[in-house]
Amino acid sequence: MAKNDKDKSQLVAAEPSTGTGVVAPTEFSDPGLPPHRPRVTDLDPKVAKRAERIVYSLFYFSIAASVFAVFAYMYFPIEENDVHSVRMNTLFIGLGIAFSLLAIGIAAVHWGKQLMSDKEGIDHRHPVHGTDETRARAVEIFQEANEESGFSRRTLIRNGLIGALIAFPLPAIALFRGLAPMDQDPNNELKHTMWKKGSRLTRDPSGLPIKASDVTIGSAFQVIPEGLVDLPEHEMLDAKAKAAVLLVRLNPEDLNWTSKQRESWAYEGIVAYSKICTHVGCPVALYEQQTHHLLCPCHQSQFDVSNECAVIFGPAARPLPQLPIAVDKEGYLIATSDFTEPVGPSFWERAN
Amino acid sequence: MSNVTAPSKGGFTAVAANYLDERTSISGAVKEFGRKIFPDHWSFLLGEVALYSFVIILLSGSFLTFFFQASMTPVEYEGSYVPLKGIEMSAAMASTLDISFDIRGGLLMRQVHHWAALLFVASIGLHMLRVFFTGAFRKPRELNWSIGFVLFVLAMAEGFTGYSLPDDLLSGNGLRIIDGMVLGVPVIGTWITFLLFGGEFPGSDIVGRLYSLHILLLPAMVLIFIALHLMFVVIHKHTQYPGPGKTEQNVVGFPVLPVYAAKAGGFFFVVFGVVALIAATVTINPIWNYGPYDPSPVSAGTQPDWYIGFADGALRLVPPHLETVWFGYTWSWNIILPILLLLVFLALAFAYPFIEAWVTGDKREHHLLDRPRNAPVRTAIGAAGVTFYAVLWAAASSDLIATHFKVTMEGVINTLQALLILGPIIAFVVAKRVAIALQKKDREIVLHGYETGRIVRLPGGEFIEVHQQLDEYDRWKLVSYNDNAPIMLRPNAQGKITGAARLRAAFSRFFFEDRIAPVTPAEYKKALEHSHH
Repeated sequence: MAKNDKDKSQLVAAEPSTGTGVVAPTEFSDPGLPPHRPRVTDLDPKVAKRAERIVYSLFYFSIAASVFAVFAYMYFPIEENDVHSVRMNTLFIGLGIAFSLLAIGIAAVHWGKQLMSDKEGIDHRHPVHGTDETRARAVEIFQEANEESGFSRRTLIRNGLIGALIAFPLPAIALFRGLAPMDQDPNNELKHTMWKKGSRLTRDPSGLPIKASDVTIGSAFQVIPEGLVDLPEHEMLDAKAKAAVLLVRLNPEDLNWTSKQRESWAYEGIVAYSKICTHVGCPVALYEQQTHHLLCPCHQSQFDVSNECAVIFGPAARPLPQLPIAVDKEGYLIATSDFTEPVGPSFWERAN
Repeated sequence: MSNVTAPSKGGFTAVAANYLDERTSISGAVKEFGRKIFPDHWSFLLGEVALYSFVIILLSGSFLTFFFQASMTPVEYEGSYVPLKGIEMSAAMASTLDISFDIRGGLLMRQVHHWAALLFVASIGLHMLRVFFTGAFRKPRELNWSIGFVLFVLAMAEGFTGYSLPDDLLSGNGLRIIDGMVLGVPVIGTWITFLLFGGEFPGSDIVGRLYSLHILLLPAMVLIFIALHLMFVVIHKHTQYPGPGKTEQNVVGFPVLPVYAAKAGGFFFVVFGVVALIAATVTINPIWNYGPYDPSPVSAGTQPDWYIGFADGALRLVPPHLETVWFGYTWSWNIILPILLLLVFLALAFAYPFIEAWVTGDKREHHLLDRPRNAPVRTAIGAAGVTFYAVLWAAASSDLIATHFKVTMEGVINTLQALLILGPIIAFVVAKRVAIALQKKDREIVLHGYETGRIVRLPGGEFIEVHQQLDEYDRWKLVSYNDNAPIMLRPNAQGKITGAARLRAAFSRFFFEDRIAPVTPAEYKKALEHSHH
C-alpha cells in the first residue's frame, strides 16, 4: 500500500483538500495480483477440444432454432376463432427465437470463458480532471472570448441577450393552450353532469328505465342517465365518467339522515349515489349488502350507504355525492335535479 | 495521406479496414478502445441487463408500431377474438387485439415488449442498489449517478405511457387515477389535466398524445441519457472491487477484444433469449380479458405494472378525511401528501452522493468499491430506503394481501401505515448492526485466522482448536478498506463555528461514530506473537 499511498497523496495534493474526516489507510502492503491459475482447458487439450465442440455445436444449434422459428411461422398459423392456434403460434415461434438467441449467447460466453486467453490485463487510471496546463488554457480561452466579445463589459448587451433568451420560449407555452378546446372551462365541465330534472334512471349498459317496484331491498343497480347510450361514443364515455350512479334499496329505518332535505332525496329507502370515487375517480361499486358499505376497488376507500355515504375508511376525504331521486307518473325512477355538488376527485376550484 | 500505402496483401479484410480508416481514422478508436480493460464481477452485469433490455424494447417496439393505431376513434371490433366481436372500442384497442390475434408472432412481440419493459425497470433498480451499496457513486461519479437516476424516472414514464396505450379497461383505469391525482395538485392541477386529456377525462386525444411521448420524446431522451451515462463510464473507467493487486490507480480485468466482447456480446443474446423464452410461455397483460375502457365496470384486484406500485401504495396509505378548503380553494391533502412523500424520497435518492460527499468531506477520487459492511451507516440508510419502498410497494397489493391471507383490509392498511414509519427504522438498526458484526468478524479472522476444525490435545492435557492464518491475499482483502472518523468541529478562518459546520459535524458523528477500524500491522503482529506462545 506504500506506493499506493504516495500516489493517493499526489492525487489529493492536486485538489483543495478538506478531507478532514479521512483517516490514513492501514500500512499492510498490497501483495499484488494473485498468481495466475491455469484453467482445465489450458492444461488438458481434451477438455479444450470438448469446449470447442460445445461452442460450435451451440452456434449450429442456433441456426437450426432460427430455421425452426421460420417454419413455426408457417406451420402454426393463426386460425380464425381458434384461440388455441394463437397460443401454439406464439409458443413455437417464441421457442425457436429464444433457443436461437440463448444458444448464441451461451456459446459466446463459453468461448470467452473457456477458450479465449484468461490473462487479466491492467489499465492505468489518471485523475479525471485535465492537466494543469489544459485547465489553465481552458480558463485563458474563456478570458480571451470574454475580452474579444466584451461579454461581461458590455452589460447592456449581455442582459439583453439573457432577457431575450428567457422570453423567446414563451410563445411555445402559449401554444400549449390549444391542447384543450378553447371554448371550454374545466371548472364548468367538472361541476356538471348529464343528470337533470326529470332524467330517468336507466340500467347500465342497456339504457332501459328502472321502475321503483323493480328495486327490491338489498339489491343494487348500475345506473346511467336516460339518453346516455344514444350519445356518440366519445361524448358517451366523457358523460359516463361523471354520471355513473349506483342505486341501492335499504330498509328505510336503516338510513340515517342529517337533514329533512337529504331524506327527501331518497324514495322509500331507494338511494342513488355517484359511483365515481371522491379520491381519484375509480368506480366505487363493490357493495356489501349486509353492512351497507361501498368499497372502491382501487384504493379501498369505504363509504357507508346508511350514513349518506360517509367515508369510514381509506384515503377518500369526502362522502359520495347523492343524486336526488323521485318517481314519475308511470312509476319509473327519475332524478329531481343534477348532483348538488361536483362528483369525482377533488380539484382546486371545487369549492367556489 | 500520400505516405500511407495500402497494404499490398492481406485480402479483403485488410483492404476494407484500410478503406475505412482512410475515411474515418477509425484505427485511432480501435487503438484506444480495442484493448480497454473492464473488470469482471456478476454485479456489474445488472447495468448491462438494463442496456440490453432497452435494445430489446426498441426492436420489439418498432415492430409493434407498424401495426398499432394510436387513435381513440371508435370502431366496431371485427377481428378473430370471438367474445369481443361486434363490440365498439377505440382503434387503439382494436389494433392491439389484431396484433394479438391476427398477426402471426404479434402476441409474441407484444409480450417480448412488455416483459422486456418490466425487466428494464427492474434491472435499473437493481443496478442502482449495487451502485449505492458499494459506494460506486462517490467522486468522480456523482453526476453519473444523477444521469442514471434520470434514466430510472424516464424508464418509469416510458412504462406508464406504454401501459396506457392499448386503451383497455385497466389502462383507462390507470389514466383515471392519474387524472384524479393531477386534479388534486394545487393551483394548476385542474388545467393540467384539462390540457393533458384535451378536455374532460377520458376525451379522445390522450392515447395519441401518450403515443408521441412513448415512441418519440421519451425514447430519444433515454437514448441521450444512456449515451451520456456510457460516455462517463468510459471517461471514468469502470470501478472495481477491492482485492490484492487492485488499486485506485489501476483497472484489472479483461480487454474488450476479444474476451469482454465475447462475454458481454454473448450476454446480450442470453438476456434477449430469456426474455423471448418468458414471452413465448407466459401471458402478460391479456387485454382481451379486460375489454375496452368504460368508466363504470368494477375491476377488483387489479394492479399497475410493478414499478408504479410504490406510487399507488402511497395513495392507499393516506388516512381518511384529509382535505381542507382554505380561502375558497380545495387542498386535497390525500393527494398532495403522497405526492410530496414520493418527491422527497426520490429527491433524497437523487441527492445522496452529494450529501455523503459533504458529510465525509472526502475530495479524493474513488475507484475501488466499498464492501457494504465497511460503510455500515450507508448500508443501513440503503436498507431503510429499500424497506420504505418495499412497504409502499406492498401497499399497492393491500387488497390482494387481505384476500389471500384472509385478514381484514383495515388491518392490512393499518399495519402497513405503521410499518412505513417503523420499518425503515428497524431496517436501519438491523443493517447497521449486521454490518458492524461482519466487520468485527473480519477483524477476528485477520487477527486469529479461521477455525480449522482440527482439535489438538496438548501435552498438558489442554484441548485447543488449531487456527489457520490467512494468506496475504485474503488478508489484504480484509484490511485494506477506507476508514473514516467523525469530523472534528473546528472554528473557521474567522474564528467562528457556523451552523452548517455544526450540522456537518453532527452528520459526520452519525455516520462514523460506531466505526470498526481495520486491523493495523501492529495489532496483527501482537496477535501473532500472542498465538505463538
